[in-house]
Amino acid sequence: MANPLLQVKNLHTVFPIQSGEVRAVNGINFNLDRGKVLGIVGESGSGKSVTAYSILRILDYPGNISQGEILYENEDIVRMSPGEMRQIRGARISIIFQDPMTSLNPVYTVQNQLVEAILLHTKRDRKQAKERALEMLQLVGVNEPQKRLKQYPYQLSGGMRQRVMIAMALACEPDILIADEPTTALDVTIQAQILELMQELKSKLGMAIIMITHDLGVIAEMCDEIIVMYAGRICERGTAEEIFYNPRHEYTKGLLRSIPNFALSKERLTPIAGSPVDLLNMPRGCAFAARCDAAMKVCLTEQPEEISINENHKASCWVNVRDTAAEGTEGRQANG
Amino acid sequence: MAEHLLQVEGLKQYFPVKIGFMRKRMLKAVDGVSFTIDKGETLGLVGESGCGKTTVGRSLLRLYRPTEGVIRFKGEEITDSNIQRFRKQMQVVFQDPYSSLNPRMTVADIVGEPLDIHKLYKTQKEREEKIVSLLQLVGLNSDHSRRYAHEFSGGQRQRIGIARALAVDPEFIVCDEPVSALDVSIQAQVINTFEELQQRLGLAYLFIAHDLHVVHHMSRRIAVMYLGKIVETASADSILAQPMHPYTQSLISAIPIADPARARKRRRIILQGEVPSPLNLPSGCSFRTRCRYATQQCAEQTPQLRELAPGHEVSCWNPQATTTV
Repeated sequence: MANPLLQVKNLHTVFPIQSGEVRAVNGINFNLDRGKVLGIVGESGSGKSVTAYSILRILDYPGNISQGEILYENEDIVRMSPGEMRQIRGARISIIFQDPMTSLNPVYTVQNQLVEAILLHTKRDRKQAKERALEMLQLVGVNEPQKRLKQYPYQLSGGMRQRVMIAMALACEPDILIADEPTTALDVTIQAQILELMQELKSKLGMAIIMITHDLGVIAEMCDEIIVMYAGRICERGTAEEIFYNPRHEYTKGLLRSIPNFALSKERLTPIAGSPVDLLNMPRGCAFAARCDAAMKVCLTEQPEEISINENHKASCWVNVRDTAAEGTEGRQANG
Repeated sequence: MAEHLLQVEGLKQYFPVKIGFMRKRMLKAVDGVSFTIDKGETLGLVGESGCGKTTVGRSLLRLYRPTEGVIRFKGEEITDSNIQRFRKQMQVVFQDPYSSLNPRMTVADIVGEPLDIHKLYKTQKEREEKIVSLLQLVGLNSDHSRRYAHEFSGGQRQRIGIARALAVDPEFIVCDEPVSALDVSIQAQVINTFEELQQRLGLAYLFIAHDLHVVHHMSRRIAVMYLGKIVETASADSILAQPMHPYTQSLISAIPIADPARARKRRRIILQGEVPSPLNLPSGCSFRTRCRYATQQCAEQTPQLRELAPGHEVSCWNPQATTTV
């Protein structure tokens, strides 16, 4: 079988600061295939955005990738020169940021910003680039695109700005689109429009999407595969069905329990106790152990390994290790 | 009939906006809103950004001077001259726990300030005891009191905000998007705190949020706002099960469901276009520009809230009876 489009191997990203080293991403591995939507969920500080920024090498100072490989079409992004990186950024892998107001330049018109990206990455001349910009705005469903091209970001509404961002990200037909909380700043009715648009464009252009969000609803609607992150590690991964209907990590279970649900709404919510882990003082064992109801002795001292629940599902939790071991002995006894 | 704790009639809140040299126009943030809240009850207020839900909350507390309308608390009308007295009974918890706490004050001073203003203690010792018991009430402990707001996480800060609101022993709290800025796992903790306090202290809430899941969980009744008007109000369950206003229907169908199988099966109503500017409202029904069922009548006449089922009021010329979820 062909290699996956993107392979992240043992990625470590750290931010050395005065009071120590913030280990934002601690050895994560995943693959992304063409035409797939991969969802990354986790709360603030879990390392999901840092993972995305590492792939594009746009980490803020002093962040840096301390270990690991990111293979894009079998070439390691981590080792690329700034020049090579510029060939990839925006052209092959592009990103939509959370806040469309701060990620567009307020002093340039929409046309200016769109044309710049197209001129940089494709062989079109200025006139063709303008045509392409117009075409892109039509594609993402901006009304009156001719007029919008001449406008500045402040003249557009939040939903429109996010469409312009998407148009810009897709103008060079990238292989991978990273969407970093693309709809968090938008209202639900506009969010529904944008999600629908992204799905439509995915099937039209055949790109792969990495969808980063903390909204489990958005994940459920959009993604084929899901990665759940906690404290810079992947604690569980699997297909959408496996994660939602058969969660095997205590953190995932807690997340699913803590969202209000229409069906059983009047019951008390079961929150996850405690607060997120301090990335400067990571515990020796499982990072979630301090907040976990099922924590055992081993959880405090040793990092759980990732074990397969089935072919579509993996989790890093000692409880599963114990349960599989128990099943194993029972099975043997039954056989014996 | 028993007296309502809070009664709002025809509340209007307009803001003058300059649109050019010497020219002004009125921005109708809230345009004729009426509702009641009983003791110990929660009314949920939902709507998209800019629909005026926060303005309603602020006008109730007279953080703005309402343009028109009557607000009664326990049957007594609130006016400029007697508002000080009502401030002791009506409090607010703000959305952003980062900007609503003074970074230069300790937690004890933040929570103690309302006690100082309303002179709710006799000795310094009594003040301290009150602060400690307030902190414990919201799930913080007493040695937090000498720290500053920046030393706390988002969820803890929101608890400090709640403790401050509870300091004067109010009967009614406006909760203005109190959990929107928090992570899901922390959201649930704060929601539970609100519910526990309501049961223990018999508080009434006006719970403002854009997340219909959260509002539904918290409230007995829900009012849906669109461009300064309430378009539908009913019990929390019937708003979700049988929404009748086309706007409510599309709002509900737009919410992502955290259930992959159901999410893929359902048909969504995706609204076209965007919310019109409140400076330049469409004639008649304000929703007609995005409505699938709009007719000539919608452009000519403004619909009023009508009771179409017991306790279920809708302001629409062509209400649609459908069941969702």
